[in-house]
Amino acid sequence: MEEWLSYRLGDFLMFSGRTYWRLFELENAALWPLPVVAPAIGMAVLAVAALRPETGLRLLAALLALAWSSVGWSFVWARYAPINWGVAYAAPLFAMQALLLAYVAARRVGGPPTLRIRGAVGVALLGWGLLLHPLTAPLFGRPLAQAEVGGIAPDPTAVATLGLGLLLPPRRWRLALMAVPALWLGFSALTLWLLEAPERAAPLAALLLAAGGLAARPGRP
Amino acid sequence: MRNGGGEMRTTRRRFIAGAAGAALAAGAMPRATGRAAEAAAEAVRTIPSSGRAMPAVGLGTWITFNVGRDPVLLEQCAEVMAAFVEEGGGMIDSSPMYGSSQDTIGYGLARLGHPGSAFSAEKVWTGSVGEGPEQIAASAAKWGVAGFDLMQVHNLVAWEGHLETLFAMKAEGRLGHVGITTSHGRRHDEMERIMRAHPIDFVQLTYNVADRQAEARLLPLAREKGIGVIVNRPFRQGALTDRLAGAPLPGVAADLGAASWAQLILKFILSDPAVTVAIPATTRVDHLRENKAAARGPLPDEPARTEIVRFYEAL
Repeated sequence: MEEWLSYRLGDFLMFSGRTYWRLFELENAALWPLPVVAPAIGMAVLAVAALRPETGLRLLAALLALAWSSVGWSFVWARYAPINWGVAYAAPLFAMQALLLAYVAARRVGGPPTLRIRGAVGVALLGWGLLLHPLTAPLFGRPLAQAEVGGIAPDPTAVATLGLGLLLPPRRWRLALMAVPALWLGFSALTLWLLEAPERAAPLAALLLAAGGLAARPGRP
Repeated sequence: MRNGGGEMRTTRRRFIAGAAGAALAAGAMPRATGRAAEAAAEAVRTIPSSGRAMPAVGLGTWITFNVGRDPVLLEQCAEVMAAFVEEGGGMIDSSPMYGSSQDTIGYGLARLGHPGSAFSAEKVWTGSVGEGPEQIAASAAKWGVAGFDLMQVHNLVAWEGHLETLFAMKAEGRLGHVGITTSHGRRHDEMERIMRAHPIDFVQLTYNVADRQAEARLLPLAREKGIGVIVNRPFRQGALTDRLAGAPLPGVAADLGAASWAQLILKFILSDPAVTVAIPATTRVDHLRENKAAARGPLPDEPARTEIVRFYEAL
């Protein structure tokens, strides 16, 4: 026991920041032009959701289901796990999350979403994850080639999913959909903290926002 | 910036002895030209149990070589390995725990045509003794080698069973040397018990100007028992050299030919008579050459070592 107490969290970090950020650069290059197409698709689906909320949310769920399965396989399993063997255990969670979202997309889950503060936070997180997160690259001094894009990288995909979860009225679905994204963002924040990367603020901020949205009282129809 | 009192601390006798040893070792090594010839003058140590010659500065691969399938970073690591071979080669140390580092080594060795100057040091790292042989075979496949010069029980995980396996492999001629590892000053008591009771060839532990716990018992015991010592984390994964960047060097550094804290720390480490090899890790060719250069020329004697520690602790 005494020996385990002598370990610091940093002792378990097995890769450098240089290697970590290059993962996104390589993934973006491998999936080009998806890093440009994905935000455009996200914008289009958000527009549909604005006009026809119920249809739009199911479309978003379907899109995110595809994203989680793709990110889980292409990034987490194939690219990240080779440098961080512990992350291989997260890949099944990505598959599970994809199935959950696919179910939400296939079935009508609850009634129309409410649009008070929880709804506003949900929309904000959706916009962040699907459209804005790539801008954190130049914001924190990294080249745009290393941008984390929703649907390609896990963090913005998780942020967008937190947003979708907040827009679902049934509480049990809200919590079910938000559990894995929250876990992932917590893990990501910890990893970035160990890397001493300023980007750690992003997943932390998303988690705080989501928690605030969860705690908000539901709006009146 | 040099500190005051640049008195010559290293005796001429030690310098000549070191140069003579290097010359003997150079004569025992294959003919080399250019930089490799210069590298042959590097201090070469002898593995106590086998008598095999070993360059005093090897190459660690924790974090630095864990680059996945990144083609750019793989090439950079291969360049570091190429420079390592050019500078005389020696021990390359890795582990299954180090992510894709083993694959990176295999990539580099293949690019270099598997140079004979590389001493392969690996680790078995599994709680299941039964899975040990399979893991070792997988490591060998990643390196692209038939067997290893040294296999170590990583962080003493399931050491009793693994040592049995490794000793059997060594007896069958499938393994050159057997060792155990720890780091960060952990489990020294257990290391000591194993060193006293088992005929291991190497121990790997952390030792530098900031981490000197091993001086108390493990280093003297290794010398007494004829066990080779591999020093990991010579720079605390860069934290030590980062902290000392910009700090003045003690006067003794110039006498020793140490142009940086990295070189001075390596000289300090290598000056302990129990140490066989230090394995700093790096992603930079210039740092690799700087590390290798630290083993050339004089090493601090006891008064110089004391001055280095005192100077460091006062910073």
